[in-house]
Amino acid sequence: MSDGELVGIVLVSHSAEVAASVAALAKGLAGGGVDVPVAPAGGTEGGGFGTSSELIAAAAASVDRGVGVAVLTDLGSAVLTVKALLAEGDELPDHTRLVDAPFVEGAIAAVVTASTGADLAAVEAAAAEAYTYRKV
Amino acid sequence: MLDADFFRRWMTATAASVDREAERLTALDSPIGDADHGSNLQRGFHAVTAVLEKEAPATPGAVLVLAGRQLISTVGGASGPLYGTLLRRTGKALGEDAEVSEGQFADAFRAGVDAVMALGGAAPGDKTMIDALIPAVDALGDGFGAARAAAEEGALATTPLQARKGRASYLGERSIGHQDPGATSSSLLVAALAEANGE
Repeated sequence: MSDGELVGIVLVSHSAEVAASVAALAKGLAGGGVDVPVAPAGGTEGGGFGTSSELIAAAAASVDRGVGVAVLTDLGSAVLTVKALLAEGDELPDHTRLVDAPFVEGAIAAVVTASTGADLAAVEAAAAEAYTYRKV
Repeated sequence: MLDADFFRRWMTATAASVDREAERLTALDSPIGDADHGSNLQRGFHAVTAVLEKEAPATPGAVLVLAGRQLISTVGGASGPLYGTLLRRTGKALGEDAEVSEGQFADAFRAGVDAVMALGGAAPGDKTMIDALIPAVDALGDGFGAARAAAEEGALATTPLQARKGRASYLGERSIGHQDPGATSSSLLVAALAEANGE
Protein backbone atom coordinates (compact mmCIF):
# COMPACT_ATOMS: atom_id res chain seq x y z
CA MET A 1 0.00 0.00 0.00
CA SER A 2 1.53 3.23 -1.11
CA ASP A 3 -0.21 5.30 1.55
CA GLY A 4 1.12 3.07 4.32
CA GLU A 5 -2.28 2.24 5.78
CA LEU A 6 -2.94 -1.31 6.96
CA VAL A 7 -5.80 -3.65 6.19
CA GLY A 8 -8.20 -3.95 9.14
CA ILE A 9 -9.18 -7.30 10.66
CA VAL A 10 -12.50 -8.10 12.37
CA LEU A 11 -12.88 -11.32 14.37
CA VAL A 12 -16.47 -12.49 14.80
CA SER A 13 -17.14 -15.28 17.29
CA HIS A 14 -20.18 -16.53 19.19
CA SER A 15 -18.22 -15.74 22.35
CA ALA A 16 -16.84 -12.36 23.42
CA GLU A 17 -13.97 -14.09 25.22
CA VAL A 18 -13.01 -16.17 22.19
CA ALA A 19 -13.02 -13.16 19.86
CA ALA A 20 -10.99 -11.03 22.29
CA SER A 21 -8.52 -13.83 23.03
CA VAL A 22 -7.91 -14.67 19.39
CA ALA A 23 -7.39 -10.97 18.66
CA ALA A 24 -4.84 -10.73 21.47
CA LEU A 25 -3.12 -13.94 20.37
CA ALA A 26 -2.88 -12.84 16.74
CA LYS A 27 -1.55 -9.41 17.67
CA GLY A 28 0.93 -10.96 20.10
CA LEU A 29 2.25 -13.38 17.50
CA ALA A 30 2.43 -10.70 14.81
CA GLY A 31 5.02 -8.78 16.80
CA GLY A 32 7.30 -6.41 14.96
CA GLY A 33 5.97 -3.30 16.63
CA VAL A 34 3.44 -2.70 13.85
CA ASP A 35 0.00 -2.00 15.25
CA VAL A 36 -2.45 -3.80 12.95
CA PRO A 37 -6.02 -2.58 13.43
CA VAL A 38 -7.78 -5.66 14.85
CA ALA A 39 -11.19 -5.59 16.50
CA PRO A 40 -13.11 -8.46 18.14
CA ALA A 41 -16.89 -8.69 17.71
CA GLY A 42 -17.89 -11.53 20.01
CA GLY A 43 -21.22 -12.60 21.43
CA THR A 44 -24.42 -10.60 21.55
CA GLU A 45 -24.77 -7.03 22.74
CA GLY A 46 -26.23 -8.36 25.97
CA GLY A 47 -23.09 -10.36 26.64
CA GLY A 48 -24.55 -13.76 25.72
CA PHE A 49 -23.41 -16.30 23.16
CA GLY A 50 -24.43 -15.43 19.62
CA THR A 51 -23.82 -12.81 16.97
CA SER A 52 -24.51 -9.09 16.97
CA SER A 53 -24.70 -7.18 13.71
CA GLU A 54 -24.25 -3.94 15.68
CA LEU A 55 -20.98 -5.13 17.24
CA ILE A 56 -19.76 -6.34 13.83
CA ALA A 57 -20.56 -3.05 12.11
CA ALA A 58 -18.91 -1.05 14.92
CA ALA A 59 -15.80 -3.26 14.87
CA ALA A 60 -15.48 -2.94 11.09
CA ALA A 61 -15.82 0.84 11.26
CA SER A 62 -13.17 1.00 13.99
CA VAL A 63 -10.51 -0.87 11.98
CA ASP A 64 -11.22 0.71 8.59
CA ARG A 65 -8.20 2.67 7.38
CA GLY A 66 -9.58 2.97 3.86
CA VAL A 67 -7.66 0.05 2.35
CA GLY A 68 -10.01 -2.79 3.14
CA VAL A 69 -11.32 -4.86 6.03
CA ALA A 70 -11.02 -8.65 6.31
CA VAL A 71 -13.69 -10.33 8.44
CA LEU A 72 -13.06 -13.77 9.90
CA THR A 73 -15.86 -15.67 11.62
CA ASP A 74 -16.39 -18.88 13.53
CA LEU A 75 -19.65 -20.57 12.51
CA GLY A 76 -23.40 -20.50 11.97
CA SER A 77 -24.96 -17.14 12.67
CA ALA A 78 -21.56 -15.40 12.62
CA VAL A 79 -21.11 -16.39 8.97
CA LEU A 80 -24.73 -15.71 8.02
CA THR A 81 -24.88 -12.32 9.74
CA VAL A 82 -21.72 -11.05 8.02
CA LYS A 83 -23.06 -12.27 4.67
CA ALA A 84 -26.39 -10.56 5.31
CA LEU A 85 -24.63 -7.30 6.27
CA LEU A 86 -22.51 -7.45 3.12
CA ALA A 87 -25.70 -7.95 1.09
CA GLU A 88 -27.19 -4.82 2.70
CA GLY A 89 -24.51 -2.84 0.90
CA ASP A 90 -24.10 0.09 3.28
CA GLU A 91 -23.63 -1.54 6.68
CA LEU A 92 -19.92 -2.29 6.41
CA PRO A 93 -17.01 -0.16 5.08
CA ASP A 94 -16.20 -0.32 1.37
CA HIS A 95 -13.88 -3.20 0.50
CA THR A 96 -14.99 -5.36 3.39
CA ARG A 97 -14.67 -9.07 2.71
CA LEU A 98 -15.75 -12.19 4.52
CA VAL A 99 -12.64 -14.33 4.45
CA ASP A 100 -13.07 -18.10 4.19
CA ALA A 101 -10.51 -19.30 6.73
CA PRO A 102 -10.14 -21.24 9.97
CA PHE A 103 -10.80 -18.82 12.82
CA VAL A 104 -7.66 -18.99 14.97
CA GLU A 105 -5.03 -19.96 12.41
CA GLY A 106 -6.59 -17.69 9.79
CA ALA A 107 -6.64 -14.74 12.18
CA ILE A 108 -2.93 -15.14 12.93
CA ALA A 109 -2.06 -15.43 9.23
CA ALA A 110 -4.23 -12.41 8.42
CA VAL A 111 -2.78 -10.19 11.15
CA VAL A 112 0.84 -11.12 10.38
CA THR A 113 0.29 -10.52 6.68
CA ALA A 114 -1.53 -7.23 7.29
CA SER A 115 1.40 -6.08 9.47
CA THR A 116 3.66 -6.18 6.40
CA GLY A 117 1.47 -3.62 4.66
CA ALA A 118 0.03 -6.24 2.31
CA ASP A 119 -3.23 -5.45 0.50
CA LEU A 120 -6.63 -7.03 1.20
CA ALA A 121 -6.23 -9.75 -1.45
CA ALA A 122 -2.93 -10.87 0.08
CA VAL A 123 -4.38 -10.86 3.60
CA GLU A 124 -7.32 -12.91 2.38
CA ALA A 125 -5.06 -15.39 0.56
CA ALA A 126 -2.83 -15.84 3.61
CA ALA A 127 -5.80 -16.49 5.88
CA ALA A 128 -7.41 -18.94 3.45
CA GLU A 129 -4.10 -20.78 3.06
CA ALA A 130 -4.30 -21.72 6.74
CA TYR A 131 -6.87 -24.35 5.68
CA THR A 132 -4.14 -26.24 3.81
CA TYR A 133 -1.95 -26.72 6.87
CA ARG A 134 -2.69 -30.27 7.97
CA LYS A 135 -1.88 -31.26 11.54
CA VAL A 136 -1.73 -35.00 11.06
CA MET B 1 -54.88 -6.41 -3.66
CA LEU B 2 -52.54 -6.28 -0.66
CA ASP B 3 -51.50 -2.94 0.83
CA ALA B 4 -48.92 -1.87 3.42
CA ASP B 5 -51.49 -2.40 6.13
CA PHE B 6 -51.86 -6.06 5.14
CA PHE B 7 -48.10 -6.57 5.48
CA ARG B 8 -48.05 -4.83 8.87
CA ARG B 9 -50.85 -7.19 9.97
CA TRP B 10 -48.73 -10.11 8.69
CA MET B 11 -45.82 -9.05 10.85
CA THR B 12 -48.03 -8.39 13.90
CA ALA B 13 -49.75 -11.76 13.49
CA THR B 14 -46.35 -13.47 13.19
CA ALA B 15 -45.11 -11.74 16.34
CA ALA B 16 -48.23 -12.82 18.26
CA SER B 17 -47.88 -16.38 16.99
CA VAL B 18 -44.18 -16.50 17.91
CA ASP B 19 -45.14 -15.26 21.39
CA ARG B 20 -47.73 -18.01 21.76
CA GLU B 21 -45.42 -20.71 20.44
CA ALA B 22 -42.07 -19.52 21.83
CA GLU B 23 -41.88 -22.27 24.44
CA ARG B 24 -42.69 -24.95 21.88
CA LEU B 25 -40.08 -23.60 19.46
CA THR B 26 -37.45 -23.61 22.18
CA ALA B 27 -38.50 -27.12 23.25
CA LEU B 28 -38.06 -28.30 19.65
CA ASP B 29 -34.66 -26.57 19.58
CA SER B 30 -33.45 -28.25 22.80
CA PRO B 31 -32.64 -31.77 21.56
CA ILE B 32 -31.05 -30.71 18.25
CA GLY B 33 -30.16 -27.02 18.65
CA ASP B 34 -29.08 -24.64 21.38
CA ALA B 35 -32.55 -24.11 22.87
CA ASP B 36 -32.90 -20.44 21.97
CA HIS B 37 -35.02 -20.43 18.81
CA GLY B 38 -38.22 -19.29 20.53
CA SER B 39 -36.62 -16.53 22.59
CA ASN B 40 -34.47 -15.34 19.67
CA LEU B 41 -37.46 -15.01 17.34
CA GLN B 42 -39.53 -13.38 20.07
CA ARG B 43 -36.87 -10.71 20.54
CA GLY B 44 -36.65 -10.19 16.76
CA PHE B 45 -40.38 -9.90 16.08
CA HIS B 46 -40.96 -7.66 19.08
CA ALA B 47 -38.37 -5.33 17.54
CA VAL B 48 -40.16 -5.63 14.17
CA THR B 49 -43.57 -4.65 15.52
CA ALA B 50 -42.04 -1.81 17.55
CA VAL B 51 -40.27 -0.28 14.56
CA LEU B 52 -43.30 -0.72 12.27
CA GLU B 53 -45.45 1.17 14.79
CA LYS B 54 -42.92 3.96 14.96
CA GLU B 55 -42.07 4.33 11.27
CA ALA B 56 -45.21 3.03 9.49
CA PRO B 57 -43.74 2.54 6.00
CA ALA B 58 -46.19 3.36 3.19
CA THR B 59 -45.61 0.46 0.79
CA PRO B 60 -45.63 -3.36 1.12
CA GLY B 61 -42.00 -3.50 -0.01
CA ALA B 62 -40.87 -0.94 2.56
CA VAL B 63 -42.67 -2.78 5.39
CA LEU B 64 -40.84 -6.02 4.63
CA VAL B 65 -37.44 -4.42 4.02
CA LEU B 66 -37.64 -2.62 7.37
CA ALA B 67 -38.83 -5.78 9.15
CA GLY B 68 -36.01 -7.82 7.63
CA ARG B 69 -33.45 -5.28 8.73
CA GLN B 70 -34.71 -5.43 12.30
CA LEU B 71 -34.45 -9.22 12.37
CA ILE B 72 -30.86 -9.18 11.11
CA SER B 73 -29.85 -6.70 13.80
CA THR B 74 -31.73 -8.04 16.82
CA VAL B 75 -32.07 -11.83 16.75
CA GLY B 76 -28.50 -12.85 17.59
CA GLY B 77 -28.75 -16.36 16.13
CA ALA B 78 -28.79 -17.82 12.62
CA SER B 79 -32.55 -17.33 12.31
CA GLY B 80 -31.95 -13.53 12.28
CA PRO B 81 -30.01 -13.25 9.03
CA LEU B 82 -32.08 -16.06 7.48
CA TYR B 83 -35.54 -14.60 8.23
CA GLY B 84 -34.15 -11.10 7.74
CA THR B 85 -32.95 -12.00 4.27
CA LEU B 86 -36.26 -13.71 3.48
CA LEU B 87 -38.29 -10.60 4.30
CA ARG B 88 -35.84 -8.07 2.92
CA ARG B 89 -35.47 -9.81 -0.44
CA THR B 90 -39.21 -10.36 -0.69
CA GLY B 91 -39.72 -6.66 0.05
CA LYS B 92 -37.15 -5.58 -2.50
CA ALA B 93 -38.76 -7.82 -5.12
CA LEU B 94 -42.12 -6.12 -4.44
CA GLY B 95 -40.64 -2.77 -5.45
CA GLU B 96 -42.36 0.50 -4.62
CA ASP B 97 -45.97 -0.27 -5.50
CA ALA B 98 -48.55 0.93 -2.98
CA GLU B 99 -50.56 -2.27 -3.53
CA VAL B 100 -49.51 -5.66 -4.86
CA SER B 101 -51.49 -8.63 -6.14
CA GLU B 102 -51.32 -12.07 -4.55
CA GLY B 103 -49.50 -13.23 -7.67
CA GLN B 104 -46.88 -10.49 -7.32
CA PHE B 105 -46.43 -11.47 -3.70
CA ALA B 106 -46.03 -15.15 -4.62
CA ASP B 107 -43.25 -14.27 -7.09
CA ALA B 108 -41.53 -11.97 -4.61
CA PHE B 109 -41.76 -14.52 -1.79
CA ARG B 110 -40.14 -17.09 -4.08
CA ALA B 111 -37.28 -14.64 -4.68
CA GLY B 112 -36.96 -14.28 -0.90
CA VAL B 113 -36.84 -18.05 -0.38
CA ASP B 114 -34.25 -18.37 -3.15
CA ALA B 115 -32.11 -15.76 -1.34
CA VAL B 116 -32.38 -17.74 1.91
CA MET B 117 -31.24 -20.88 0.08
CA ALA B 118 -28.28 -18.97 -1.38
CA LEU B 119 -27.34 -17.51 2.03
CA GLY B 120 -27.59 -20.70 4.07
CA GLY B 121 -26.72 -23.19 1.34
CA ALA B 122 -29.62 -25.46 2.30
CA ALA B 123 -31.64 -27.51 -0.17
CA PRO B 124 -35.03 -29.21 0.28
CA GLY B 125 -34.66 -32.29 2.51
CA ASP B 126 -31.83 -30.84 4.63
CA LYS B 127 -34.23 -30.47 7.60
CA THR B 128 -34.34 -26.67 7.64
CA MET B 129 -36.85 -23.84 7.25
CA ILE B 130 -36.61 -24.44 3.49
CA ASP B 131 -38.65 -27.63 3.96
CA ALA B 132 -41.65 -25.55 5.05
CA LEU B 133 -41.04 -22.53 2.81
CA ILE B 134 -40.71 -24.31 -0.54
CA PRO B 135 -44.04 -26.18 -0.26
CA ALA B 136 -45.65 -22.91 0.89
CA VAL B 137 -44.30 -21.00 -2.10
CA ASP B 138 -45.45 -23.77 -4.43
CA ALA B 139 -48.96 -23.65 -2.94
CA LEU B 140 -49.31 -19.85 -2.87
CA GLY B 141 -50.97 -19.91 -6.28
CA ASP B 142 -53.94 -21.61 -4.58
CA GLY B 143 -54.17 -18.98 -1.86
CA PHE B 144 -52.84 -18.29 1.63
CA GLY B 145 -54.87 -21.10 3.22
CA ALA B 146 -53.27 -23.63 0.89
CA ALA B 147 -49.84 -22.20 1.63
CA ARG B 148 -50.48 -22.51 5.37
CA ALA B 149 -51.47 -26.17 5.04
CA ALA B 150 -48.45 -26.90 2.83
CA ALA B 151 -46.03 -25.23 5.24
CA GLU B 152 -47.44 -27.13 8.24
CA GLU B 153 -47.20 -30.40 6.34
CA GLY B 154 -43.64 -29.54 5.28
CA ALA B 155 -42.64 -28.79 8.87
CA LEU B 156 -44.12 -32.08 10.12
CA ALA B 157 -42.32 -33.94 7.34
CA THR B 158 -38.91 -32.81 8.68
CA THR B 159 -39.23 -35.18 11.68
CA PRO B 160 -37.79 -38.32 10.04
CA LEU B 161 -35.06 -36.40 8.19
CA GLN B 162 -31.39 -36.21 9.16
CA ALA B 163 -30.12 -32.63 9.48
CA ARG B 164 -27.48 -31.58 6.98
CA LYS B 165 -27.18 -27.89 7.90
CA GLY B 166 -26.54 -25.90 11.03
CA ARG B 167 -25.79 -27.12 14.53
CA ALA B 168 -28.17 -30.07 14.24
CA SER B 169 -26.06 -31.50 11.42
CA TYR B 170 -23.27 -32.28 13.91
CA LEU B 171 -25.64 -34.72 15.62
CA GLY B 172 -25.86 -36.90 12.52
CA GLU B 173 -28.44 -39.67 12.97
CA ARG B 174 -29.41 -38.34 16.40
CA SER B 175 -31.16 -35.46 14.64
CA ILE B 176 -33.66 -37.99 13.22
CA GLY B 177 -37.04 -38.10 14.99
CA HIS B 178 -37.19 -34.41 15.92
CA GLN B 179 -39.26 -31.84 14.06
CA ASP B 180 -37.06 -29.00 12.81
CA PRO B 181 -37.59 -25.78 14.80
CA GLY B 182 -36.77 -23.56 11.80
CA ALA B 183 -39.32 -25.32 9.59
CA THR B 184 -41.81 -24.98 12.45
CA SER B 185 -41.31 -21.24 12.85
CA SER B 186 -41.51 -20.87 9.06
CA SER B 187 -44.92 -22.54 9.13
CA LEU B 188 -45.98 -19.96 11.77
CA LEU B 189 -44.84 -17.15 9.45
CA VAL B 190 -46.87 -18.59 6.57
CA ALA B 191 -49.91 -19.25 8.78
CA ALA B 192 -49.80 -15.60 9.85
CA LEU B 193 -50.25 -14.64 6.17
CA ALA B 194 -53.61 -16.39 6.14
CA GLU B 195 -54.47 -14.82 9.49
CA ALA B 196 -53.63 -11.34 8.19
CA ASN B 197 -55.98 -12.06 5.29
CA GLY B 198 -58.81 -12.96 7.67
CA GLU B 199 -58.64 -16.69 6.86
